[in-house]
Amino acid sequence: MTPAPASPTSQQGDHPLSVIIATDCGSTTTKAILIEKVGNEYRQTYRGEAPTTVEAPFEDVTRGVLNAFAEVEELSGRKILDGERIITPAREEQGKKVGVDIYVSTSSAGGGLQMMVAGVVQNISGESAQRCALGAGAIVMDVLASNDGRLPHEKIERIRRLRPDMILLSGGTDGGTVTHVVEMAEYIAAAEPRPRLGMSYSLPLIYAGNKDAQPRIKDILEQKTALTLTENLRPTPERENLAPARNKIHDLFLEHVMAQAPGYKKLIDWTGAPIMPTPAAVGLIMQTIAKRENLNLIGVDIGGATTDVFSVFGETFNRTVSANLGMSYSISNVLAEAGLANIMRWVPFTLEEQVLRNRIKNKMIRPTTIPQTLDELQIEQAISREALRLALIHHKSLATGLKGVQQERTISDIFEQQASGKTLIDMLKLDLIVGSGGILSHAPRRIQSMLMMVDAYEPLGFTVLSVDSIFMMPHLGVLSTVNEQAATDVFVRDCMVYLGTCVAPIGQGKDGERCADYTITFGGNRSAETGALAFGDLKLLPLGTEERATVELRPAKNVDMGSGKGTAVTREVRGGVVGLLLDGRGRPLQLPGDNQARLKALTKWYQAVDLYPR
Amino acid sequence: MAHSYTPGLTVTETAVLRKRRLLPIPGTVTVKTGDQVQANTVVARTELAGKVHVVNVANLLGAAPDEIRDYLTKKEGETITRDEVIAESKPLIKWFRTEIRSPIAGKLESVSLITGQVLLREPPKALELLAYVDGTVVEELPGQGVTVECTASFVQGIFGIGGETWGELAMAVRSPDEQLTPGHLQPSMKGKIVVGGSFLGADTMAKAREIGVAALVVGGIHDKDLRELLGYDLGVAITGTERIGFTLVITEGFGVIPMAAKTFALLATHEGQKASISGATQIRAGVIRPEIIIPKPAKSAAAQPSGKGAEERAGIQAGDQVRVIRDPLFGRIGNVKSLPTDLRLIETESHVRVLEVGFADGSSTVIPRANVELIEG
Repeated sequence: MTPAPASPTSQQGDHPLSVIIATDCGSTTTKAILIEKVGNEYRQTYRGEAPTTVEAPFEDVTRGVLNAFAEVEELSGRKILDGERIITPAREEQGKKVGVDIYVSTSSAGGGLQMMVAGVVQNISGESAQRCALGAGAIVMDVLASNDGRLPHEKIERIRRLRPDMILLSGGTDGGTVTHVVEMAEYIAAAEPRPRLGMSYSLPLIYAGNKDAQPRIKDILEQKTALTLTENLRPTPERENLAPARNKIHDLFLEHVMAQAPGYKKLIDWTGAPIMPTPAAVGLIMQTIAKRENLNLIGVDIGGATTDVFSVFGETFNRTVSANLGMSYSISNVLAEAGLANIMRWVPFTLEEQVLRNRIKNKMIRPTTIPQTLDELQIEQAISREALRLALIHHKSLATGLKGVQQERTISDIFEQQASGKTLIDMLKLDLIVGSGGILSHAPRRIQSMLMMVDAYEPLGFTVLSVDSIFMMPHLGVLSTVNEQAATDVFVRDCMVYLGTCVAPIGQGKDGERCADYTITFGGNRSAETGALAFGDLKLLPLGTEERATVELRPAKNVDMGSGKGTAVTREVRGGVVGLLLDGRGRPLQLPGDNQARLKALTKWYQAVDLYPR
Repeated sequence: MAHSYTPGLTVTETAVLRKRRLLPIPGTVTVKTGDQVQANTVVARTELAGKVHVVNVANLLGAAPDEIRDYLTKKEGETITRDEVIAESKPLIKWFRTEIRSPIAGKLESVSLITGQVLLREPPKALELLAYVDGTVVEELPGQGVTVECTASFVQGIFGIGGETWGELAMAVRSPDEQLTPGHLQPSMKGKIVVGGSFLGADTMAKAREIGVAALVVGGIHDKDLRELLGYDLGVAITGTERIGFTLVITEGFGVIPMAAKTFALLATHEGQKASISGATQIRAGVIRPEIIIPKPAKSAAAQPSGKGAEERAGIQAGDQVRVIRDPLFGRIGNVKSLPTDLRLIETESHVRVLEVGFADGSSTVIPRANVELIEG
């Protein structure tokens, strides 16, 4: 596992910047935000967007960037462009605001960074290589390993067909056997892999395996790929060393992948800091939040094509990307993976299967449409619950302790056997869930965002939830590498919207049975509230963004709040734009199997929190 | 000035189309600028490296990897035939000799003294790139391919399955709202592009395969029939390589949806003419839509390069013909009556940009701008 790296800002120092423009060149939309210093703090002031233009007919990413800038210019009254040149530094000319101090950008245009990784043992070096690539912001197209069950010629065929942007090869501990990693290199060489972009250049390949094999790897791959050697990412079975390979991935992303993408050479010249893959920038801001607040968090970015999940538990950062779980291009895949019944369980009305399937396919082929009716919105929010749920399951499977590690055991361990590779995601130790992406950021009511995440993640005990107000985390991630104060100010003031706290006892019981009693003490003149939470209840209490309350929860004898069954717990909780959610629906959350009972339960819950207009 | 973007599908009687035909790896271009080509003309060719087979000689002979050269009967680069001995042990008694035979015909590519493996490669396979449309070569890209230009009638569909093909256009129904049934398909339609109306089901697809039609064009299909056709649930709309016996293009969407009258009329006008069709669809990282191209014998002076109009439009305008692409009015076609500038509150409680659409029956409605697409051309 990799400790969260120190923020690059601490190394670069803060620049005296007053006006910053940042873009994220997404797969369909290029989003620009203007950040200005107002008094002593930075604020996000204007926003513009335009279609991304990396593909035909324009094939020049800067066209979309200029269009997004033009919208910001129009809204803000600040002249940013002189023709196609960004005016710097910011100043006033004849009483008019002109120019910006710096331009920064992230990019996932053209499908983002697509990598293939290879290791020797699938759940040792293969998994480390996967974590390394994911953490660097890549989509991992495939993980090859000596023991992945495929025959050699099948592996070679797979490499030939994939056409990734980059390959990461790992395997073997330093000083250990070289045979298996050399074998993988031979397969790669035999496949003569070709890059996705650019017909005439060599595919970048990073070797981060057994250092003793480096001379052999050079012999085999130097003529057939653009080979880069770096430190072993698994030097010993007990240690992961992902940072050097991740840094190489970022360098090669700029030098090779970006340089091949249409218009990026020009864009690189315009920016005042290296262009980052969008997910890498979001990962950086997630790590910054966790470090600054000293908490464990899960972040999710549910997009059109993919759902990225980030987690920081203790010092450990992980990211996974569920490449085909999204709300537009890949919405149909959510149906395929989750199954119709799992989606329909969240929909508070009945609908013919064929109608629903056709509607989902129509969204897939026309991904930019928006729900116009309430039932369409409810269906999309039902699908998002399943996409979020499946992506978290995927994340839990990869965010694990190191596998294949010999564990020293004492006599006491006999009674508490723990397998190596146990997931690091402990929902009881989770402090904060951060949601991002259109379906969460743009939900008409914020309670909808909160309940989508609560239903999908089933947080345990006390958990704070928040959303990215208008999807600007990538911008702030890359900005944090240049000016930490600007990124932090905007993040706190304009980006992060606290929804409130979810209080969810662990246990199950019949509807109406006692789950817990509570006493909530508020600040100021507000009088305390005492009540009973029954199984099947969902209660929402107002508690504003700046407010705090003390919750004392006295659970029933079979119910746990994290301190043991039946043990009372008292915690201070924070409010938000939604408030304090008391979730007595039980954990694990089980919806009634009978259709009428399910509809009744959903209607009751949704009305209890005023989820939809009536 | 930037403006909101409304996606559109082109349906046009005359356009100048330029189709770039590129090899996946470098090769040889076989035509030159100015050449007239047919859809089935080879415009470039290359060789795809043959499949690799791995033989672990060290394991099979029980030898150390760095010793295997001593046992090989063939050298790197040498040609081998199937079942030919490529390595053998050298026991004192000849009777105990172990022979390793080649599983393929090809050549011995490499020997690894680290892993003890020998890599054998099958002969390369020829790949021929066809012109796909009848037209003129207007650009040569040395080693990569060509650009073929043609003046044609052009219809973009919304979703398709299957690759490039061509054939005569055959109208199987009389109106765009008529469903295409097995009874409409005749043996004479073998090798043709058959145009239906609002819908076709699994039974019609089965009949089409039986007859051997080249392609089907229809307004809509049910998702369940697509699943049956493919044998799996399509998760993302990236298609074009399926082998289902024909190419399928849907022009409107999933469900029973009448084909746009303009599309139907255009295809009907060209009944009996040769057309090229592709089902290839890609709706991420650059949009590719399925298409029907009906080349014209000579260039029309009025022709415009395809898509150019769309690129240079100043956004959607009053009077434009649009298709509603989201429930509750999915599939209805009308004209833009007005484009209010202020954001409007819709039933979901979202504030969105809207437009007013008037329909042929005289009714009109206000719809989010995101939920319509232009019928261009």
